[in-house]
Amino acid sequence: MIVADKKPIEEIIECLKDHKNILVLGCNECVTVCEAGGKKEVGVLASALRMNARKEGKEVKIDELTLERQCDREYLDEIRDSIDQYDAVVSLACGVGVQFTAEQYHDKPIYPGVNTTFLGATEERGVWTERCQACGQCILATTGGICPVARCAKRLFNGPCGGSTTGKCEINAEVDCAWQLIVDRLKALERLDDYEKLCPLKDWSTDRAGGPRKVVREDVKQ
Amino acid sequence: MPCTGKVDVIHIMRSFEKGADGVAVVGCLEGECHFNAGNLMARRRVEQAQKILDTVGVGGQRAQMYNLSSSEGPRFAQYATEMTEKIKELGPNPIRVAKNKAA
Repeated sequence: MIVADKKPIEEIIECLKDHKNILVLGCNECVTVCEAGGKKEVGVLASALRMNARKEGKEVKIDELTLERQCDREYLDEIRDSIDQYDAVVSLACGVGVQFTAEQYHDKPIYPGVNTTFLGATEERGVWTERCQACGQCILATTGGICPVARCAKRLFNGPCGGSTTGKCEINAEVDCAWQLIVDRLKALERLDDYEKLCPLKDWSTDRAGGPRKVVREDVKQ
Repeated sequence: MPCTGKVDVIHIMRSFEKGADGVAVVGCLEGECHFNAGNLMARRRVEQAQKILDTVGVGGQRAQMYNLSSSEGPRFAQYATEMTEKIKELGPNPIRVAKNKAA
């Protein structure tokens, strides 16, 4: 999922200081799971904003709504009839949702309410870790299901480097060396021979190096 | 609520938004939660609410977490007195004051 973290309320308050009718818009997908931008967080942020406005003696209307998704037009259409009553929206969706909402409602300021961080997994409640950098050319089949792009600080394809010590990375003693994990996993799979094969140069044009990316699927396209 | 584990930040926030001067969350003794960690989660949520209340100028000290067992009547009374004194010191909820002023 896309992992996001809450933005400091002070930062959001600063963005909204000149607005009088505000919609706090949550998203029911990834940001709900990582407890940054779902219905609960929308309620807490809206309540905090209302109290802040009231305390400063400002008359501000702050409404709350959580959409199923903010990265699909059909769900964003749900606010088409009501959006005109607001002069700003705080979107608690990931960066995709914020931008897609802004594209659909071109003349409305859409402010981000979270910091989008990475594609990751839930280790335990309150702890999320990065697993994928969406490089566009998955090599997990050859690396025992562990991604050196996302998990090796140097993105090495034929690792480990000399900075790997007792299974940890030189950047931080708490970070696992991705290549140690790969070797251990290949060993468990009895595929250590695969480790000996040199990984060829990666085509980075599918990564961000090729600019903003696009997937067109003719088989499902309408 | 049957268990403080059910208390969420939003419950505390809404209480202040509606004008409460203080909120005391009273849970079972730490280590004695029937559901293992309900009261510990409640404490963390109270702390979260305190931070937000400080940020918006209401004052985090208005929300407090207490722990006691159901047989500790006198201690409950002591905590209630403590909380009342604390709130008296802090004065009325500034949100209610602002609301009344605006009305």
